Amino acid sequence: MESICVLMPIPMNSYLEQELQKRFNLLKLWTAPQKPQFIKEHADSIRAVVGNSAAGADAELIEALPRLEIVSSFSVGVDKINLAKCREKGIRVTNTPDVLTEDVADLAIGLMLAVLRRLCESDRYVRSGKWKRGDYKLTTKFSGKTVGIIGLGRIGMAVAKRAEAFNCPICYYSRTEKSDTKYKYYPSVVELASNCQILVVACPLTEETRHIVNREVMNALGPKGVLINIGRGPHVDEPELVSALIEGRLGGAGLDVYEHEPEVPEELFGLENVVLLPHVGSATVETRKEMADLVLGNLEAHFSNKPLLTPLV
Amino acid sequence: MAHGIIHSHLPRVLVVRPPDSFYLYQSQHSHKFHFLKAWESPLPLDQFLSTHARNVQTMLSCGRFPIDVDLLCLLPSLRLVVTPSAGLNHIDLSECRSRGVAVANAGSVASCDVADLAVGLLIDVLRKISVADRYVKQGLWTSKTSYSLGSKLRGKRIGIVGLGSIGQEVAKRLEAFGCSISYNSRKQKQSFSYPFYSNVVELSANSDALVICCGLSDQTHHLINKEVLLALGKEGVIINVGRGAIIDEKEMVQCLVQGDIGGAGLDVFENEPSIPKELFAMDNVVLSPHRGAFTHETLTSMREIAVGNLEAFFSNKPLPSRVMDD
Repeated sequence: MESICVLMPIPMNSYLEQELQKRFNLLKLWTAPQKPQFIKEHADSIRAVVGNSAAGADAELIEALPRLEIVSSFSVGVDKINLAKCREKGIRVTNTPDVLTEDVADLAIGLMLAVLRRLCESDRYVRSGKWKRGDYKLTTKFSGKTVGIIGLGRIGMAVAKRAEAFNCPICYYSRTEKSDTKYKYYPSVVELASNCQILVVACPLTEETRHIVNREVMNALGPKGVLINIGRGPHVDEPELVSALIEGRLGGAGLDVYEHEPEVPEELFGLENVVLLPHVGSATVETRKEMADLVLGNLEAHFSNKPLLTPLV
Repeated sequence: MAHGIIHSHLPRVLVVRPPDSFYLYQSQHSHKFHFLKAWESPLPLDQFLSTHARNVQTMLSCGRFPIDVDLLCLLPSLRLVVTPSAGLNHIDLSECRSRGVAVANAGSVASCDVADLAVGLLIDVLRKISVADRYVKQGLWTSKTSYSLGSKLRGKRIGIVGLGSIGQEVAKRLEAFGCSISYNSRKQKQSFSYPFYSNVVELSANSDALVICCGLSDQTHHLINKEVLLALGKEGVIINVGRGAIIDEKEMVQCLVQGDIGGAGLDVFENEPSIPKELFAMDNVVLSPHRGAFTHETLTSMREIAVGNLEAFFSNKPLPSRVMDD
């Protein structure tokens, strides 16, 4: 299989790169001085693309690669892949579900605790020497707060299970109500936001869910409410989020994702009720290896005419 | 105001140093109790007490000022000490016992908050939350940089030191993350199926993270020593929401400096608010200024339970959260 060309647009994981290099002819697009040129040169031999949450395969790339057979994403979210185009051309698409579910859910809870209990701010307080001059202020209890989840899929359910251990009542919004769950359902995100204290975004990013958290939702969540985004940046209207936080219409936010990563609105840097992470939802040694193994396993299965491990298309 | 005359019919409560938010005790309960505020007097404490407190039966502690034999000697009529904290290490319990002075604390009202902080610190250390927040807020996240990876929670073996109210809440929470729980406690707790280690070094050797949830006593002073820390190992994490002196702080700092343990999340220290300066340079350490129980909600609960104990005493009813000898 060493002759099969696999295109990787940006660096994502050195173990994955090493393994891909062993088994295939890995083409690292980011090392090319002229990217469009590079693509043209290799267009007839590229049979696979390995993408992630930041770079996938849009219509333009797919059109430029006539021999493309499979896009294997090093992520569970595939919003950067033009799925319709892939379906149209019979291109397979795989992602990395399940293996990262828990890490993302763990981080969601970590963000909730960090925001409500001001973990990062009080760590800053200690490191700056301010504790010598006076106690840090009182914060807000996390246990028992109502958690509202947008999207009760794998990640949403894992967040719910963890929050329940903190005695948090759980409610959710989903495209359709789930019959097999005891959590309270709300038919709209605004209603969900009006009835919870912590709102978590845990659904996939699609045309329908873009800006699902808008000004109205943030106002409904309110000056004591906290927004946690572990989904995708475009789930939230980012300029509206910034003004809601600055104006105090929203009580706080814990963000792992942004509309234009790695750009983060600088107005948020000085806010003590905001915790900002650099898209690390699945960023553990253990999980990234499992994700990489899934990408490799899917590619090997495809090129051996075996059933794909985690196909989406 | 002439407290002494106007309020002389109200039951008296001595306050040597005010607990947090004492103004709320005053504003909400001064119709029930006459608070004798020793710190407001120009008299030195022993004089104040011999002049004004010879007949005082109850005392409201601030949770830090030591209630020791010297103080107790000056309070011959004392029958009850109420502390709004869960911690009791500032009170000489055996001296109180021998003098027939009952002690009431905050019971388990603060346990959820302290457990939440312990879990928050553990997630923070393993997933590098505070350090990543610093990184982003300093504008260091660019497309060229990628952040260093953290460590997964599922499968981590958690060793809980002290399976009281706080330890139990920590266990319940971490189980939901797929962690496995073991513990060391003064005695094994039959109602829990978690593996019990009678020896804290053994617990440490079989744990990926130790969470210190016990109280500070003569038996637990420097319980976490060099041997325990080395047994925890290079990837091991220590979380302390108990009292600073349960850990031999000097040894812990050495272990962190030398990479003999992997990281720490600390809410308490031996000489608060002084912190060993070596810790400030470390990214694998998360520091918290003793805020385990300090949420608005829990301070309110602690105040309510303290007042509840005082009310019960003055109505000859059983104390809601009397500290029993065990």
